[in-house]
Amino acid sequence: MNLVIVDYKAGNVQSVQFALERLGVQATLSSDADTIKAADKVIFPGVGQAASAMAQLRARNLDKLLPTLEQPFFGVCLGMQLLCQHSEEGNTDLLNIIPLPVKHFETDLKVPHMGWNQLENLKSPLFEGLAEQEYVYYVHSYYVPVSEYTIAQTSYPEPFSAALQYKNFYAAQFHPEKSGAAGSQILKNFLAL
Amino acid sequence: MLTKRIIPCLDIKDGRTVKGVQFENIRDAGDPVELAKWYAEQGADELVFLDITATNEGRKTFAQLVREIARHIDIPFTVGGGISSVADVEVLLQNGADKVSVNSSAIKNPQLVEELARHFGSQCVTVAIDTKYKEETGWKVYTRAGTIETEYKTVAWAKQVVELGAGELLLTSMNNDGTKAGFALDITREVAQAVSVPVIASGGAGSIDHFADAFLKAHADAALAASLFHFRELAIPDLKQYLKAQGVAVRV
Repeated sequence: MNLVIVDYKAGNVQSVQFALERLGVQATLSSDADTIKAADKVIFPGVGQAASAMAQLRARNLDKLLPTLEQPFFGVCLGMQLLCQHSEEGNTDLLNIIPLPVKHFETDLKVPHMGWNQLENLKSPLFEGLAEQEYVYYVHSYYVPVSEYTIAQTSYPEPFSAALQYKNFYAAQFHPEKSGAAGSQILKNFLAL
Repeated sequence: MLTKRIIPCLDIKDGRTVKGVQFENIRDAGDPVELAKWYAEQGADELVFLDITATNEGRKTFAQLVREIARHIDIPFTVGGGISSVADVEVLLQNGADKVSVNSSAIKNPQLVEELARHFGSQCVTVAIDTKYKEETGWKVYTRAGTIETEYKTVAWAKQVVELGAGELLLTSMNNDGTKAGFALDITREVAQAVSVPVIASGGAGSIDHFADAFLKAHADAALAASLFHFRELAIPDLKQYLKAQGVAVRV
């Protein structure tokens, strides 16, 4: 399988690549349009700040390319948020692939939402073999509300989108590459889609 | 529900774990990667690696080690020790660290915290605060491995670094560290209530109840210990079962 991780200097690409390596899969890191287009599957990690990540995508013309992709695509953490329409983080316009907003947590609880929390309401082959209430690792201050595209949710304290699916675009707010055995299973499931 | 985190801390010198760790079922307990894998299997929620190497040569070894840790473990980890610039952090994050912790360099130059948060996001910037209580001064911040008293009051400093962009605080009480008499509950609670970001309690863990106290009485979001875990005085699965029975949300 030709698996490409989008490398745009705003991702924890190394951790994702290592997680795939532990599953025995070699992935190519690339920001090249032809390489990404030719991939069987694409993984889109991201950490950091929305506006600077968008600037990095624009600098590589990836903001034009990514919405046109048709193969199974997996956005992780900020990589999920970037697929949406608009983020309250720095009032940033995003890739606008999934028509959803990204909002800041307004809660008395600690922000960032940091640590292991539970997945609920699982409804996707991405979660094959996982039980409800499975723990995954989060670290984020912004979230996507629950919507018709939500395929798993987590509560902090209100439910938000733990994962999304829109056509061929899958996405997770948590870090599957840092979520122990559960995370590995989710990556494996994506590779099997 | 978001769970409270249990965090073993490993001191690293020249790429090896420092404290004389004794484990029967680990081939090489001096090898941080072997030890990290074992802790991950035991149910540790995160790991912290502190580089106490003083030489440049050793620092390069540490960056290589971070890469090997990231290659082999599937839980998050924070690295700290001697970080004083954006460039230092870049190397560690590129090699696969999830978060970095800064301490003395933030006191020397508080703007560093702001700079790191802007470059890499608050979520990967942990500020470590070493604090000591004296009758005359109250709780103050100490620097240089807890040897030098600074001008900062602990709660005020905690608020200041959060304002600058720290995404998490690692609060170590020098009064309690090494005593096994329990975490400093009063200052931990005061800091945890004063800031909006998660606080890791550190220093003084000696028994299973101390962790329950840190979470239930001091409202810490995570608790860190070193020798207690390394010397196998407390096993993480037992600790978590106990905490669960006490009504603490933990990942088991």
